[in-house]
Amino acid sequence: MSVFTIEAGLALLGLALLLVEAFKPDISRRTLGLTAIAGTALALVLFIFAPHDSASLPGFIRPWHQLDNLALFYKGFALVITILVLWLTLECAPYLTRFTVDGKLGEMFSLPLIVCVGMMWMASARDLVTVFVSLELVTVSFYVLVAFARKSAFSLEAGVKYLILGALSTGVLVYGIAWIYGATGTMSFDGIAKALANPATSKSTALFGAAVLLCGLGFKVAAAPFHMWVPDVYQGAPTPVTAFLSVGSKAAGFVVLTRALDAFMVEGSIIGSEIQGFLLVVGSLTVLLGSLPAMFQTSVKRLLAYSSISHAGYLLLALACRESARFDLSSGSVVAFYLATYLPMTVLGFLGLGLMRANGLGEDIKDFAGLAKRNPLLALLMTISFASLAGLPLTAGFLGKLFVFLGLADHGYWGALSCAIIAAAAGFYYYFKTILAMYTTEGTDVPALAFSAPAKAVAGALALAILILGVYPKPLQNVLMSDRPAVVAK
Amino acid sequence: MSVLELIIALPLLAALAVGLGAPARAASLGASFINLILVLATTVQYWGKTGLAFTYSRPILENPSLSFAVGADGISLILALLTTLVMLAAIWQIEDRPPIFYVSSLLIGGGALGAFLTTDLFFIYAFHELALIPTFLMIALHGRAEPAQRKAVAWKATIYLGAGSLVLLAGLVWLVLEFSGGSKLTFDLEALRSQAQLNPLPAAKQAQIFFVLLLGFGSLVSLFPFHSWAAPAYATAPTPVAMLHSGVLKKFGLYGLIRIALPLLPQGAHVEWVQNALLLMLLGNILVMGLVTIHASRLDDTLANSSVMHMGYIFLGIAAGTDLALKGAVILMFAHGISIALLFGLCGRMRNQLGTLEYNKLGGLASHAPAFTVLFAFGTFASIGLPGLTNFAGEVLIFLGNFTEFKAGTLTSLQWTVILALWGVVMSAVYMLRAYRSIFHGSPATGLFMIDPAFSQRVPFILLATTLLVTGCCPWLLLNLMKSAL
Repeated sequence: MSVFTIEAGLALLGLALLLVEAFKPDISRRTLGLTAIAGTALALVLFIFAPHDSASLPGFIRPWHQLDNLALFYKGFALVITILVLWLTLECAPYLTRFTVDGKLGEMFSLPLIVCVGMMWMASARDLVTVFVSLELVTVSFYVLVAFARKSAFSLEAGVKYLILGALSTGVLVYGIAWIYGATGTMSFDGIAKALANPATSKSTALFGAAVLLCGLGFKVAAAPFHMWVPDVYQGAPTPVTAFLSVGSKAAGFVVLTRALDAFMVEGSIIGSEIQGFLLVVGSLTVLLGSLPAMFQTSVKRLLAYSSISHAGYLLLALACRESARFDLSSGSVVAFYLATYLPMTVLGFLGLGLMRANGLGEDIKDFAGLAKRNPLLALLMTISFASLAGLPLTAGFLGKLFVFLGLADHGYWGALSCAIIAAAAGFYYYFKTILAMYTTEGTDVPALAFSAPAKAVAGALALAILILGVYPKPLQNVLMSDRPAVVAK
Repeated sequence: MSVLELIIALPLLAALAVGLGAPARAASLGASFINLILVLATTVQYWGKTGLAFTYSRPILENPSLSFAVGADGISLILALLTTLVMLAAIWQIEDRPPIFYVSSLLIGGGALGAFLTTDLFFIYAFHELALIPTFLMIALHGRAEPAQRKAVAWKATIYLGAGSLVLLAGLVWLVLEFSGGSKLTFDLEALRSQAQLNPLPAAKQAQIFFVLLLGFGSLVSLFPFHSWAAPAYATAPTPVAMLHSGVLKKFGLYGLIRIALPLLPQGAHVEWVQNALLLMLLGNILVMGLVTIHASRLDDTLANSSVMHMGYIFLGIAAGTDLALKGAVILMFAHGISIALLFGLCGRMRNQLGTLEYNKLGGLASHAPAFTVLFAFGTFASIGLPGLTNFAGEVLIFLGNFTEFKAGTLTSLQWTVILALWGVVMSAVYMLRAYRSIFHGSPATGLFMIDPAFSQRVPFILLATTLLVTGCCPWLLLNLMKSAL
């Protein structure tokens, strides 16, 4: 069974669940949710054992899809995060249904499957049309998901903001694609790379197109100065959707960016150095505009939103460093590695937040006071998550940041490196402020906080993943390196 | 598998077990006792050897080359010995406290052991950070002050040490980039060291990197003028944390300078502008902090400030850079760690029993608590540098090490610094003897009563005092471990 068949099957499952939910109104959300999870898990198993070369794809799709290492990595990534988000939705359901119109969660279980398929296709895209179609599949589904808790004014506000800005960025993206097509006469990444390496191509047209395209993608990955929507949308969206946006949507944006930049910054590209400067400036700005405001947040969900912006900044800086002779990881693999470490720590953070919310607690830092007394295990797991997000050594978060910093230092981008270091220092402040709140002993007369055995198992597994990747990242590196030619000049 | 891996893992595993609900005191005491035995056995095995021993390496990444590599030479073993001794004493003296006290002590001790016994820059740095976090949390959560005040103290320490760690990270990354050679980034200290011997950098560049490392490591050791976090942090910290941080963890910065900065950048410390800056800063530690300490009116303030001041002598040994002075510096690191842990431990006990540490409210305790007085006297006299206790050996070697190339009539700036620094010894005598007199002698203060601790409660302090006496009378025990280490 080819990878493409699995993806198509997953999309069909999503549509089927949508229909079942519509025509069989008495079906329980547990059945729906478990079916979606089981379907995605089955897809993951099939995906692992499916043939992993482009030749296995059906003939009609081969001109538009590719299966290289990066694509495979992001496909697996999309499946894992979708399973986690579906499960988190089920766990938070009693709380979420208070804010939905009919007290049900139907589309919350079918749309993530569609998003997942969109992300998987995007990872394989060979040309800008496929990118655009799959990106829209993801974004349009998110319009619905963000506004799902319609009885909450915050969720509605978030939905409207995301819709308007999302639609605007889509327009910008299409405009950029049109200019690129005008300059190079092709939509495929290979063709664009070839045209850009040719000095006869009009430099100003190509540069304008590339810049507009990057602005459009900047909205999707929350790069400064297009990051304004993030705090409100993340805060208003239901927590599982926030986790999905923060991890899945970001990963999707970055796989497209990696592909586009591989073309724009190809060896001998006429616009390579300009694009690199653009990335360095935008990346430095993003880390700072994410980290510094985060220091003053009182809501943990908003704080995580700002921190998610600054993580996007580190990823952009990683993309600015092309391959280095002294470094086995290309910028694309550094980004993939960073995102792989980002997944467990972010999901764990939002999982904790969702569990607290399900127990009737708020999302402010002051609501975290005494958490260690109410539930020591949850406090310990959240500590691991936040410490890793801050980039504490021996956790997964440190290695991702270290690779970004080493890349910047190796290329001698000292300005960007200092911005990244300032942002990391600010990160230590706001994450540890939250950790400290959990262990303060004031306000300890509140009741104990319980959470289910599956929740314990999932959270424990995520925390374990953070710690293991922090001291033994080799398996992950092997996955990223296995069939890519070594870049090292030996 | 190396025995060093076991030594590093044991306290961390014990911390995990206690965190998950194992009996706190039994597990912690058991782990730190076994650890002390293991380190002693390892030291005995190392006796007579030179260079790095007990090495073992588990590769983690190939390029950039990163591995969990352990290995110990004389300096590492002396510091590991210091860590295990202080950890055992600090854990033993905890009484009626929640498990988090045991967990944090084990984490600080385990992190310090990891930093001293690994030979990969990545893990050296990482283990030190691991040990710092519980220090901050414990000051903020269980410090001995009002919540707002102890949080402020904890934040101050966090900001200073966090910024210092970042500067240090920048310096280490710079080292890695300079010394990695053409094709591969490596974090392995031995590989970097051999590369530094093959292709040494020009002296001017060595000086720049050394200065960055000096600022980074220096702020971790409360080098003047980056010292102002230290005194309030030690005065506020819960007793086991004060013992472990001032006694053990703070030595990490000095260890880093001796193990990383000096071997890789042998000329860096002796370029004139770096040396003069270092000498000025260490004189700030000795003379300025000496005067500040004399002014203190509470025992915890005196001890905390004196701990900052004594770092100046160790920096003096590093500045001299001669074999003799560096050996003196290592011995003084050991001696200061043991003596300050002893004093902080006794000080914590006094505060628990008496409720105050102000000199003008105390007096005449010697008649109530003779055994306690004797133990405190050991700490006091070691701190002053009385012959027969370890600190004396360290200080004398440092002073002599600065005069190995002495020409009559011309004194180098180093030697002038020594002459000025000698006044610090006088200041130590003034403030420590004043503290001793006003607490233990004179007329007993009304309403304050203190009895001697039971024998089992004295054991941790006796352990530390005996160590001071044994290594003070026989400093060759430590010197023999460092035959060629420097």
